[in-house]
This record gives sequence, structure tokens and C-alpha cells, in this order.
Amino acid sequence: MAFADMIWVFIKVSIVVSVLLLHVSYVVYFERKVIGHMQARLGPMRVGWHGLLQPIADAIKLFFKEDIMPSQADKPIFYIAPLIGVLAAIGSVAVIPMWDGFSIANLNIGLLYILALSSVGSYAIILAGWASNSKYSFLGGLRSAAQVISYEIAMGLSLVGIMLMSGSANLTDIVNAQSNYWFIFTQPVACFVFIVAAIAETNRVPFDMPEAETELVAGYATEYSGIRFGLFFMAEYAGMFIMSALVAICFLGGWDGPDIWPLTLVPGFVWFIVKVYGFIFFYFWIRATLPRYRYDQLMSLGWKLFIPLALANIVFTALMKLIWN
Amino acid sequence: MADAENNSRIATKELTLNMGPQHPATHGVLRLVLDLDGEVITKCTPYVGYLHRGVEKLAENRSYMQILPLTDRLDYISAMSNNLGYCIAVEKLFGIKVPERTEYIRTIVGEMSRIANHLLWLATHALDIGAMTVFLYCFREREAILDLFERLCGARLTVTYPRIGGLKNDVDAKWLQDVYEFTNEFPMRVEQYETLINKNRIWLRRTKGIGVISAEEAINWGMSGPTLRGSGVPYDVRKIEKYGVYDKVKWEVCTGKNGDIYDRYRVRMDEFLQSNSIIRQCIDQIPEGPIMADAPKFTLPAKDKVLSDMEHLIHHFVLITKGPQTAPEGELYVSTEVPKGELGFHFVSDGEGKPYRMRVRSPSFVHVSALPKLCEGEMIADLIGNIGSIDIVLGECDR
Repeated sequence: MAFADMIWVFIKVSIVVSVLLLHVSYVVYFERKVIGHMQARLGPMRVGWHGLLQPIADAIKLFFKEDIMPSQADKPIFYIAPLIGVLAAIGSVAVIPMWDGFSIANLNIGLLYILALSSVGSYAIILAGWASNSKYSFLGGLRSAAQVISYEIAMGLSLVGIMLMSGSANLTDIVNAQSNYWFIFTQPVACFVFIVAAIAETNRVPFDMPEAETELVAGYATEYSGIRFGLFFMAEYAGMFIMSALVAICFLGGWDGPDIWPLTLVPGFVWFIVKVYGFIFFYFWIRATLPRYRYDQLMSLGWKLFIPLALANIVFTALMKLIWN
Repeated sequence: MADAENNSRIATKELTLNMGPQHPATHGVLRLVLDLDGEVITKCTPYVGYLHRGVEKLAENRSYMQILPLTDRLDYISAMSNNLGYCIAVEKLFGIKVPERTEYIRTIVGEMSRIANHLLWLATHALDIGAMTVFLYCFREREAILDLFERLCGARLTVTYPRIGGLKNDVDAKWLQDVYEFTNEFPMRVEQYETLINKNRIWLRRTKGIGVISAEEAINWGMSGPTLRGSGVPYDVRKIEKYGVYDKVKWEVCTGKNGDIYDRYRVRMDEFLQSNSIIRQCIDQIPEGPIMADAPKFTLPAKDKVLSDMEHLIHHFVLITKGPQTAPEGELYVSTEVPKGELGFHFVSDGEGKPYRMRVRSPSFVHVSALPKLCEGEMIADLIGNIGSIDIVLGECDR
């Protein structure tokens, strides 16, 4: 690779990573504001104008807090676990095309790469639960293991439909394949399964069993403090960004905007961000509305409803493809 | 095949989990030691006493008037009902009959306290199961009731508003008007909570058929209040004991059928509306008149008399500093329906101005003792639902 190319990749990486980290802190602010207004209150208001500096204050606080290490913890794993989570989350961003032609790595198996990294991310939770040597963390880790196994399958299967439709696992190709119609219209079942699985994958309400603060105190993160806890937090919100980006790319046409005159002037990047944040808003909305499932009910939902649904979708899509071609 | 045989030979061991006394969902300082098989609870042992302040013992060295503020601290979520229960019990001991206006006001504030308590119950119960928004909506309405209490007597939480033989002060028409306005709006709010959770599939799956206790067992465990009525037993002390003006207003005892978490939830949701209607009827019917009973031995003289008349001043001074010097001898148990169940006061009086022994029968204590029955064989997540559905407060449980 030429030297200029390497510089260019390096610049891209630094832009994406810094934007992502800023995004993570401000999406927390966004969430607190949105849920606050849904719940007849204001959300953060004190630090800065309408609390705009709150995320920065929080980040500083997390950095300076004492890093507590339980004496009975499995130390190396305890240290590594949050890093795995963050690296897996940030690594996934590499293949996401934000607008036409912009992605750090234009992998031809981008979709599989993201699925693989999100599985790696769940190791962070399982290892954290195990290494903390605390019973709440342990239960949280076990729940996460079970949850990830069942929902990863449903998620992977739902995306098979997309791969069949677009004939590629490259995310840019998938977006380009939607130039006539978005896949949400031709693959509504896959979209539904994917959205539910994405919520489970990122451990958000109503599938937030691994942390379930009223049951397991803080689940896998019970023993973590300071910036290590902050890293888990970061991984969760980065994970939300990636799942939202996948929904935008696979079902909502990525950076593709409506073909009406004044709107065609808006750059594709804006459409992409609008779609991603629209879906992140949906995440918040669900969090403010729904109670939490019980762990075994979640499992039966996954195995008895979502996996068969996704399988049926694959068969149906393949049949349709066969008939039309 | 070989794998299956190997698996069956691996020894399994139950996990003992110490839940509490500091835990987000144990409603105070309840400590539960759980034996877990996976996530299934095989044994649950509650330990109480972390909030024990010796209220019963303290009462033995105080005059009857001085005990009143202690009762605020029993169930601090519905302090008004506890005060009322205590005052009604002492009045029965002393043989005092309170004026009718007082009975009406007591019924109004008692039901307001029931609504405030059930709001807090719904808020925390829903939050435990994961519905966060209900929590904040409920606190909005609870805030309105606490504001009304503050205007009434200056305190929001530990009110100490009733007095033996009457009330601290009379209510004014504006206050009653504002309570009436609150009751106008409140049923709409209840509807709002119900739209959030009533038809929610997740809520139903988390509550229906879970934590079931049959009517017979519930009685045997000594349950009372909405927790008992959820099992279909129409037992309500307000109907039986005939205190307040509950016989002069129209209302029904709400009952469930299956005795699961959902039915206990339904009973309390229905009680919102019943209490609301009781308050409205009381405000419509409330007569004018004095608020203190004519029992000078036990009740404070009127403030204007104290400020102008020597004898009343002395009387006031003696009652405040020493309390009533005598009380009828005897032993009695009086119970009232507080929001959490049947709150009973058992006095043994040896004729002095302070009780020889005061025992409090607190519903929370009884309900905590029934918790293992409800949750054994179910999962951790259900335990949280069960704790919420029996509506306990540890201040009252430990006393």
C-alpha cells in the first residue's frame, strides 16, 4: 500500500473513532433528555446550557474515580474484559459506509464481520461476569451467554434474507442494491426479527437481563467502577450505534434519500445520520415504555418465535428469488 | 449418549445468594438469603430487623400523646393512616367519641394517604419489573397529595396530623376545594398508568400466574389488606370495624380471584378509584362543627383559651409536659385498615398515663413472613415482582 493511502486510512480512522466517542457521550445525553421529556421531567439541566456539558462532566468523573479491584477477582481477565467490549464495538465501525464510498475498510464480507465482532463483544460481558467473582456478576454473565446464543442466531438468519436479496455481504453493495426500493418493504419479517434481536444483542430494555438493576444490582458490571465501568457503558452505546447503522444500511437504504428536488441537495451522510438517530430514538422510546422480560421468557421467545420466523423468511425469500429469476 | 451420562454425573451445587439488606429492589433493608438452582429459588429465608428502632419499647416510657409521632415512623409512606390507626385505638381505650366533622376529615386524609401509598407502591412495583415511566408518573401525582398534606398540617411525610380526640387543626374550604379538584383529575391519571401496563404483554407475562397464593393459605399466613383481597377474600377492616364514616359513603371492597401478582395489582388499581370516590362523597357530605372531642382530661384546650385564660394555660402545660396522668385500666386490641393491610394496636394499660405494653401488629411483618411461600420454586425475577406485590415497608415490619 502506498504511503499516501496509509495516511488517508489513518485520517479516516481518527475521524471515525473520535466522532464515535463523542457520539457515545452525547447519545447518553440525548437518551436522558428524550426519556426525561417522555417521563414529564427535564433531564440534565445543570451543567452548561440545558445540561449540554453533562457528558463531559460525566466522562471526567469516570476518569478520576477510583478503580476498585475486588480482592478475589481474576485480575487479568477483569482488566481485559471491558477492553474487549470497547474494541469489538469500535472495530465494527470500520466497515460501516457512512456515505457513498466512505468506509475505512470496504470488506466484501462486511456483514459477517460485524456479526462476528458483536459475538466477540458478548465475551466481554461473560468474562466480566466470571472474573468479578461476585454472584450477581456471575448470574449476569450467564444470562448474557444464554441471551447472546439465542439472539445471535435469529439476527444472523434474518440478515441472510438481505444477502439473498442483494447478492452480497458487502455493506456498500447492499445499499446500492436498494436504489429502487428499500428492503424494509420487501423484507418486513427480517426487519422485525433483526430489530428485536438488535435490542437483545445490545442488552437494552426490555431485554436488559444481564444488567437488570432491580434484580442483579448491576449484573455483570456490579464490581466495576470508574473508567472500566465507563468502557462498558461506551461499548453499549457504540453497540447501539452499530445496530442502528445496520438497520439503516440493510433495511432503510443507507445514505439514500428521497428523490424529490430540494431534498436531493441534502448530502447522503445527513440521510444516514437521520436514519441512525431515528432508530436510536426508537431504542429510547422502547426503554421508556416497556417493562423487562423474564430471562426464560426471553429465551422461549427467541427459540420458539424469532428463529422459526427468520428461517421461514429465508425459505420464502429464496423461493421468490428462484421463481422470478 | 456418553456425553449425557457424563453430564448426569457432574455434581451440581446450589448457589447461596445474599440479597440485601442493600439492594435496589428490596424496598428498604430487607435481607433475603436465597438458595438458587440456576435462577430458580429453592429456598428463601427473609431476615428482618435492620430497621428496628424499638418503637414498642419506647412507647412504654411515653405518654399516649408522645407516642403519636413514633407511629409516623412505622410506615413512613402512609404516615397519616398510621397516626389515625393509633388515635382510633387510643380513643377506644379512653372512651372518647370524636365529633362528626373530625370523622369526615379523618376519612378524607386516610383515603388520600391510601392513594399516596398505592401510588408509591405502583411506582416501585412497576420499576422493579422494569417499567420506568410509570414510576415517574406516579410520583407526579403523589407529589400533589403531599403538597396538599403540607398545606394542611405543614408536614409532607411524617404528618402527625390527627390528635387523640380530634385533629391538629381544621381544614378550610379552599383546601377541600383543591382536594376535590385533585379527585376530578385523578381517575384520568389512573387510566394513564393502566394504558402503560395493563395490556402490555410483557407485564402480563411477568405477573399472571406468578406468586400464586390461595385464599385459604393467605388467611392461614395472616395476610390482610389488598394482598389478601387479591386471593378473593373480601376482608376489609373498614367494613367490619365501622370507624370513620365508611358506613355513610358508598364504596365496594375490591377483590381479585387468582391470588397472583396480577390480581394483587388489579385490587390496588381498583382501590385507587374507590378511595377517590370515598373522598369525593366525604367532601360533599362534610358537616360544620367542632373538631376536638369534649374530653378535657385527654385533649388539649383550644389555643385562644390557652392564651387568655390561666386555668387553660396550666392544663395545656401539664398535658404537654406530663401527658394525661391516668388512663382507664384494661387491655384492648383495635385494628384499622391501613393501605398495606390490617394495622393493629394492642394496649395493656395499668391505669397510668402511659401504656404498660404496646404491641403493633404490622401487616408488612406478616407479609414478609409469607414471602418464601410465594417465591419458592420461581425465578429471581419473580421474587422481585413478589416483593413489590405484597407492598411491604421495612419501617413498619421491624418497628
